[in-house]
Amino acid sequence: MSAPVSRQPSTVQFVTRLFHQPYVWAIVALLLLLVINLTKNPGYLGVSVNPATGNLSGNVIDILRASAPIMMIAVGMTLVIATRGIDLSVGSVMAVAGAVSMEFMQNAGTGSFGTAAIAVILALGISAVLGTLNGILVSIVGLQPFITTLVMMLAGRGLAKVITSGQNTSATNEPFRWLANGTVLGFPVVFVIAVVIVAVLAALVRRTALGLMIESIGINPKAARMAGIRPVGILISVYIVSAVLAGVAGIFSTASVMTVEVAKTGMTAEMDAILAVVIGGTSLAGGKFSLTGSIIGALLIATLDKTIVYMSIPSSATPAFKAIVIVVICLLQSPRVRALFNQRKATTTSTRKEAVSA
Amino acid sequence: MAATEPIVEMENISIEFPGVKALQDVNFRLFPGEVHTLMGENGAGKSTLIKALTGVYKIDSGSIKVAGGPRRFTGTADAQSAGISTVYQEVNLCDNLTVGENVMLGHEVHGRMGINWRKTNLAAHDALVRLGLGGLDPKAPLSSISLALQQLVAISRAMVTNSKVLILDEPTSSLDANEVEGLFAVIRRLRDEGVAILFVSHFLDQVYAISDRLTVLRNGEFVGEHMTQDLSRGQLISMMIGKDVDTLNSLGSNRGRAVHAVGAPYYSAKNLGRQGSIEPVDIDVHAGEVVGLAGLLGSGRTELGRLIYGADRPDSGDVTIDGVTTEVHTPVAALARKIAFSTENRRDEGIIGDLTVRENLILAVQARRGWARPLSRREQNEICAKYLVELNVRPADPERAIRNLSGGNQQKVLLGRWLATNPELLILDEPTRGIDVGAKAEIQETIAALAEDGMSVVFISSELEEVVRLSERIIVLKDHRKIGEITNGPLVTAETIVDIIASEGSSE
Amino acid sequence: MTTTHIDKPASSALLTRLKPNLETLPTLAAVAIFIGMLIYGEIAYGRIMQFSTISNLLINNAYLIILAVGLTFVILTGGIDLSVGAVIAISSLVGVMLANAGWNPVVVIGLMILIGSTFGLASGVLIQYFNVQPFIATLAMMFLARGLAAILSTTPQRLEDDSPIRTLSTEWKVYDGPKINDLVTTPNVLIAAVVVIVAFFLLHRTRFGRTVYAIGGSEQSALLMGLPVVRTKLLIYVISGSLAGLAAVVYTSKLGIAQNITGVGWELDAIAAVIIGGTLLTGGAGFVLGSVIGALVLGLMNVLVTRDGGIPPEATTIITGGILLAFVLLQRVVVSRKRKT
Repeated sequence: MSAPVSRQPSTVQFVTRLFHQPYVWAIVALLLLLVINLTKNPGYLGVSVNPATGNLSGNVIDILRASAPIMMIAVGMTLVIATRGIDLSVGSVMAVAGAVSMEFMQNAGTGSFGTAAIAVILALGISAVLGTLNGILVSIVGLQPFITTLVMMLAGRGLAKVITSGQNTSATNEPFRWLANGTVLGFPVVFVIAVVIVAVLAALVRRTALGLMIESIGINPKAARMAGIRPVGILISVYIVSAVLAGVAGIFSTASVMTVEVAKTGMTAEMDAILAVVIGGTSLAGGKFSLTGSIIGALLIATLDKTIVYMSIPSSATPAFKAIVIVVICLLQSPRVRALFNQRKATTTSTRKEAVSA
Repeated sequence: MAATEPIVEMENISIEFPGVKALQDVNFRLFPGEVHTLMGENGAGKSTLIKALTGVYKIDSGSIKVAGGPRRFTGTADAQSAGISTVYQEVNLCDNLTVGENVMLGHEVHGRMGINWRKTNLAAHDALVRLGLGGLDPKAPLSSISLALQQLVAISRAMVTNSKVLILDEPTSSLDANEVEGLFAVIRRLRDEGVAILFVSHFLDQVYAISDRLTVLRNGEFVGEHMTQDLSRGQLISMMIGKDVDTLNSLGSNRGRAVHAVGAPYYSAKNLGRQGSIEPVDIDVHAGEVVGLAGLLGSGRTELGRLIYGADRPDSGDVTIDGVTTEVHTPVAALARKIAFSTENRRDEGIIGDLTVRENLILAVQARRGWARPLSRREQNEICAKYLVELNVRPADPERAIRNLSGGNQQKVLLGRWLATNPELLILDEPTRGIDVGAKAEIQETIAALAEDGMSVVFISSELEEVVRLSERIIVLKDHRKIGEITNGPLVTAETIVDIIASEGSSE
Repeated sequence: MTTTHIDKPASSALLTRLKPNLETLPTLAAVAIFIGMLIYGEIAYGRIMQFSTISNLLINNAYLIILAVGLTFVILTGGIDLSVGAVIAISSLVGVMLANAGWNPVVVIGLMILIGSTFGLASGVLIQYFNVQPFIATLAMMFLARGLAAILSTTPQRLEDDSPIRTLSTEWKVYDGPKINDLVTTPNVLIAAVVVIVAFFLLHRTRFGRTVYAIGGSEQSALLMGLPVVRTKLLIYVISGSLAGLAAVVYTSKLGIAQNITGVGWELDAIAAVIIGGTLLTGGAGFVLGSVIGALVLGLMNVLVTRDGGIPPEATTIITGGILLAFVLLQRVVVSRKRKT
């Protein structure tokens, strides 16, 4: 079935392989959005360098900066969904992380680097605890992921409100603020950190057997167990990773305004995360996953958000639009629609029920 | 047993699924006032035939006549409204409801204020009385009565709709002797009232106790229909398992090899058992020995294999491996002790469909090494190269998704997965099922070669010839118990095992 | 010719009826919890067990009772509906805006309910015909409903003071007690009562209701028994959505304000009410009356927390979540014990 490709030039090979990836349409959509922006302003893609600081600035840079928190939660959500689970609590964990860091820095008084560092450690630590709770309830106690993380979603936001006593706490701390507004080698710090974290995770997942095990658990948990895979440790780990990444995202979004809005921070985050994951080609039913796809999905969402603002379209319509896309992709991923497409292809797959079972 | 017109007549029924001929030109007749048993081994097509009758499966060719007129049903509900009711092995009732509710579900008695429960329960009571179950309280929760009684409730439900045909699919698999008698009393009662009863079972004694007529299927083909009194047990079993006249026989009969059952066994288990699964069994396997587990469907062979591997947690058992007392309660533990298990249910417990052949092949080895030490590409390629060639997997493409391979090749990849872990004890559950004859021979040769190299093998198969051909010792199981153990020799044939199974327990 | 072991003397049948049914036990426990909380509250804070408190409890939680009833139908079949809170948001926004624009209030009310039905139908179709898991399908509907609500308005919309819809929340004195301690009710409470009664009738006196329980026990069995499973499953999501629309009417008539962020977290409150009331999350067992008690338990908890003053009001979601998890855990333990016997 595989055509001999060795004789074709490598660029053609690359493009052909690209077109088989599930996220190719996301890339197309991304480019389309950029084109729309270009029609309004031909200089949209321009990047200028500040001669004094070496900082890069421009619309593209803004998109990269905005995509950082989305990338974090999307990557975490990808791993959880791959195990046939879901994490509805990411938005609330963002709020908790923001609340913890802001409260600590406000009460600490000093705007020192040490304070910022401790704030970050506290925030990520609490996120990890929440993630562990999710993981234990799902893997050891055996509760369904949606109900566990739904409760965590609402209880988490409550926790954030309790931490700040219902206030939108702000704090002043230059090193912390630098996280959101600073640059490294000209690029926004948030983006650089996000890229590094994603790179580390990708290496962890693809260069070890972790990715293979996660996919096995998601595709066929019984067979995975029979093959000697231990699901408990892996499940707890993915929920912890998801929560910690959500914590990072929370730090990113509160650092930009140095305030945590307990009701608003991370409010539609879970929707963005799920959208990024499904756009990227990972199925909501679990199994094979694509971190690359989720990253592209995150970039797409950031670009979409920015484009809507840039084109002066009221942004209140964005959530509805995103929801419709999720519904459509759900339909496309459903077995009934897939069967429709598979009928066109040659069927050597055993899609019919096995008749011979006694 | 009056000689009347058949109430159901199926002629030349053929059903084909991708790659599998489930039924080929099968005939079947059902007479009112008769218990007609459908017999055959695993994969013979019994379940398919029933589903063809009730319309769950569409038939590709053939005709179905009910009460003289041609009928095609669209499903269980449709068949039910025409008077054909099915009671399945798993007792398809709702155990969160009461007995009366289950009996009357869908046919409750209505009054002015919705369902009148008093009248409904009375009607349920009447239906139960008809089967001699007058003592059952319709208001009792279904979960409070035994499985045997639940089955009878399911039959009552069928009778509420005044069914003319009652199909009982493996109704006795979970019942003890007393409960089976209770069921048979009910069946005889209904038969005497003129109901036509289609009984599916593989328990020979029960079949002989209850049936008036037998139809035997084998590999989707119709073998024959006889009155029960005209057929001996031995004849029946021969019809069911048949004689494979192909290249398998050309492999030569029994192996003339060294006897390995000397000295201390490599694996020894005493009283290995699990409640509801298999009664405590003793089993020893020596290095280089092939021990076959023989028995009919439902005898407990798979259950025993799973207990050895820890796929199911044993309730009891003292296990010694290579002289060391140990416990094997999970697959992880088994693999650590160099035990591997190839499941018979490759779709649900074997293949990881969306992953490639390569990933499926290395999975157990990788699981053993843990997540932090991935196999290098070179190591993976070596494993693929070795086993794809050795087991003759076609197409030999490691990057193909395993779900796109044929069943037989999937089985070979799974076998490769276990062989790659270099086990000392390998349990194979139906490794040649659903595989074409040529591949069957290949796999059998592989198994023999593995044993030659010193591996201990537990070989489970429902094809008795296969078991006899490969095994050095054979453990015979029946009704979830071990009933015998024989050493293979020139005089041992499939018939020997058949006789053991047939003669065990027929104390009447 | 009956085998002797299934004959039962008539006297033991009577005993079986007198013993508390294992099914009703969780609901009785919920009642016990409610009464316990009343007593504790009276002792700890005083002025709990009196008419005005009870009246306010019912008036303030009428919408939650209606939501919980709708969700009971869904959870009984083993499904879930995460969209109810968002449906309330969009339904109430549409209602208020149309009412303020001068539309006939009866039509407006009908439309609000219909909006709920439409979302419910969409969920049902996704679940039944496209095999999308209930939580994903209703989650997507939740996103959609919130998104559409945000398009309509992101600022609070106030229902005009003279709108007839507000009459649904007029207070009627049922019993004039000493000082301000009166037993008061509103049409909304009556609506909730009617909903409960109709739901009870549907679940226990109609074939539809028995099918709902059957599906919860075993969908496979229900199908094989020839029950109209597909139609029933669609219908329950329509019911859940419609009742969410009705809850929007009740809530908006009382509060008089509609906003796109209304109802965040209410699906969890409704689920908690249903679970506390004794319905199994996995379906198959439970009573509508239990869900009512569960809603009242949650409402009373809120009252006690407010009265206490020591617990921050923001902590109520944590407490609700914790209680819900505890009950779900308890259900799992009980169910697995039953399986082992």
